[in-house]
Amino acid sequence: MSPLRRGAALAASLLVAAALAAGCVPRPPRETIAPPGSVASGTIEFWHFFSDREADAIQQAVDRFEAKFPQVKVVVRAGQDDDKTTQAIGAGQGPDVALSGTTDNVGKFCSTGAWRNLTPYLERDHVDLSDVPQLVQQYTTYEDRRCAMPLLADAYGLYYNKKLFAEAGIDAPPRTLTQLAYDAKQLTKRGTDGNLEQVGFDPLSGFYENSVAHFAVLTGARWMDEDGRSILGADPAWKTLLNWQKSMIDFYGYENIRKFQSTFGDEGSADNAFEKGQVAMNIDGEWRIASIAADEPADLDWGVAPLPVADNRPDLYGSGFVVGNVMGVARNSHNPEAAWQFVKFLSTDTDTVVSLANVIKNVPTLTSALRSPALTSDANFKIFLNISGNPKSSTSPLSANGTAYQDLAQAFVNDWQAGKVGNLDRGLRKLDDTINQALGE
Amino acid sequence: MTTTTTSHHAATRELAVQPRRRPAAFSRRTRHGFTVLSFMAPALIGILAFLVYPLLSALYFSFTRFNLLTPPTWVGLRNYGAMLHDANLLKAVENTLWLVAIMVPAQVLFGLGAGMLVASVRRGTSFYRTVFYLPALVPPVAGALAFVYILKPGAGPVNRMLSAVGIDGPLWFNDPTWAKPSLTLLALWGIGNTMVIFLAALLDVPANLHEAAALDGATGWQRFRLVTLPTLSPVIAFSAITGVIAALQYFTQAAVAASAANGEANTGGGSVASAFGDPEGSTFTYPLWLYLKGFKYNKLGYASAMAIVLFVVAFTVVAIVIRRSRSLSGEQS
Repeated sequence: MSPLRRGAALAASLLVAAALAAGCVPRPPRETIAPPGSVASGTIEFWHFFSDREADAIQQAVDRFEAKFPQVKVVVRAGQDDDKTTQAIGAGQGPDVALSGTTDNVGKFCSTGAWRNLTPYLERDHVDLSDVPQLVQQYTTYEDRRCAMPLLADAYGLYYNKKLFAEAGIDAPPRTLTQLAYDAKQLTKRGTDGNLEQVGFDPLSGFYENSVAHFAVLTGARWMDEDGRSILGADPAWKTLLNWQKSMIDFYGYENIRKFQSTFGDEGSADNAFEKGQVAMNIDGEWRIASIAADEPADLDWGVAPLPVADNRPDLYGSGFVVGNVMGVARNSHNPEAAWQFVKFLSTDTDTVVSLANVIKNVPTLTSALRSPALTSDANFKIFLNISGNPKSSTSPLSANGTAYQDLAQAFVNDWQAGKVGNLDRGLRKLDDTINQALGE
Repeated sequence: MTTTTTSHHAATRELAVQPRRRPAAFSRRTRHGFTVLSFMAPALIGILAFLVYPLLSALYFSFTRFNLLTPPTWVGLRNYGAMLHDANLLKAVENTLWLVAIMVPAQVLFGLGAGMLVASVRRGTSFYRTVFYLPALVPPVAGALAFVYILKPGAGPVNRMLSAVGIDGPLWFNDPTWAKPSLTLLALWGIGNTMVIFLAALLDVPANLHEAAALDGATGWQRFRLVTLPTLSPVIAFSAITGVIAALQYFTQAAVAASAANGEANTGGGSVASAFGDPEGSTFTYPLWLYLKGFKYNKLGYASAMAIVLFVVAFTVVAIVIRRSRSLSGEQS
């Protein structure tokens, strides 16, 4: 075959492939909504990410729904994450209802229409959202498009080891970052060879739940301005946070703390460093209460307190980072009315939310559920309930690009704590440029 | 009545022509072609459906902005241009090149050495062959997890043994300097497949050549260099090619080892991908970034461009290695 004919054949193949490839991407279906008073019926498929004990709790909620709405049957598929959901919806298939364990992808699901706009359903059925806390309403809406409804939330607080506190002569958990640093130093033990044997607080970002997003609330650092542009270089709270973190790392020595950290067990296992007493204070979510109860670690006398905050922001004490599970009706749903019925039931039925919160040990996402006498909570869990209800609690902003901006910030902080960033101001400004570029992609 | 007559005549005509053979619809050559095609069809369909079509689709998507959830839009060469300014990509390329430059030669040398060792064993041959091959049967995820445990600083058996003899062991997978060498150790442990190929080739080296060389007074090293090595050159080339391709596609072990050694921190979503590259990006390979771009950030257009570049690089490297090995083995001369 001559080069010319070969080139023509290749070009033709490319054109055919392009046409086929483009043709294989399903077009989004038209969204229609039934008139008021319509009765939903039929079968729906529900994908969620839970497993084991938590999946059983979800199944109980599904059973309750089917008992109340016998004309709707729910087929449950457990262990489905957002990647699978996204790919299935992109292929024109997937669930009728999807439950995500993070708000990270709400921006993507809403902006692309992968999850249906629920506002018409809410308006048609006169659903009063005032029972949903403001922060929860915020993280289930992207640019005024409500495509998600909440199903339980997570709040972050400071777990502390009471026994180690008593041994160090500390009578109360720290309220400020200065106190946290002081207490951490009192609680740190080194061996005769200088190696760390116990640390008061592990300041390395990337360790367990020490993500940049969870650290940001300690100083009230903001990610973006009103126009959605990155402001890490402009908000001095970031510099306060990172300088404080670096001073903590310098106290331990970067190599020392990393070496000690490499002896920790897996976060989700009974070898968790806090449960083993290797770390005296740890930032973690309310679900750890259930894990500690299940692991029954020997010698662990523990408590929970709100996160310590920057010395110049005492007003933030009592607030924290809040995030949650969200669910939506997939755009490919063959039965959107029944799917909405299910989503509405799970997210707005107080008894169901209370019952799920009691078993899964997550924070309810209805004010009525938070106040319900049926909600079981002890002193520790109450701390998380208070954090979730605090008006100054916050979450990470939603983005159509998911966690791209957080991941870039995490990479920067990894370099910072390793001592690879010379000029913090310049580094943060450059980070802003990189994030803005990523957000604009 | 008339109708009946007509039908009768038509039937008679049909009977009259029946004994005549119909001319062949296809020539013998065409029929032969169909036969060959029918035998090849299962493989051809597989290649077209699972190789050619995805490859051409990826090529098309690489010129688009595509997030999997909305129809792709044409952006020309923008994805390829963006790769030039991608800091994460640069990091991933550096790590992948390290694996190609260090891990692949180490695998070839270790495979050859293990093959020679096993070939020289006179008693218990089957036992040693099985022992060396066994790790190759271990699933990559299980192997990576086992190595993270074995090399775990403090609690791991390797560092305990080192400590017993007064050596302060490194942090292995938790140290950016040692993470890639640790992955290399893992790769050498699972060298079974390469070793078996080398062993077969070593056993194929004609004994009379060795005898002749020995009679001529050649030393052991000279016999290895001038007799064994030239015979092995196609196998070395094969190992290098498959090794380079595997290194360019290195994903599973890097992802699992980083996540397991990290103990797992995340941004609230519980995604394993959050630990990719740990510690400090030292295990962040090209395919990991491709995966993250495609399936975490849903930049399928950009990820497709990365896949095309990877394909072109792999194709070029393989072509160079083949050409080089041919010239070394004297085929071209």
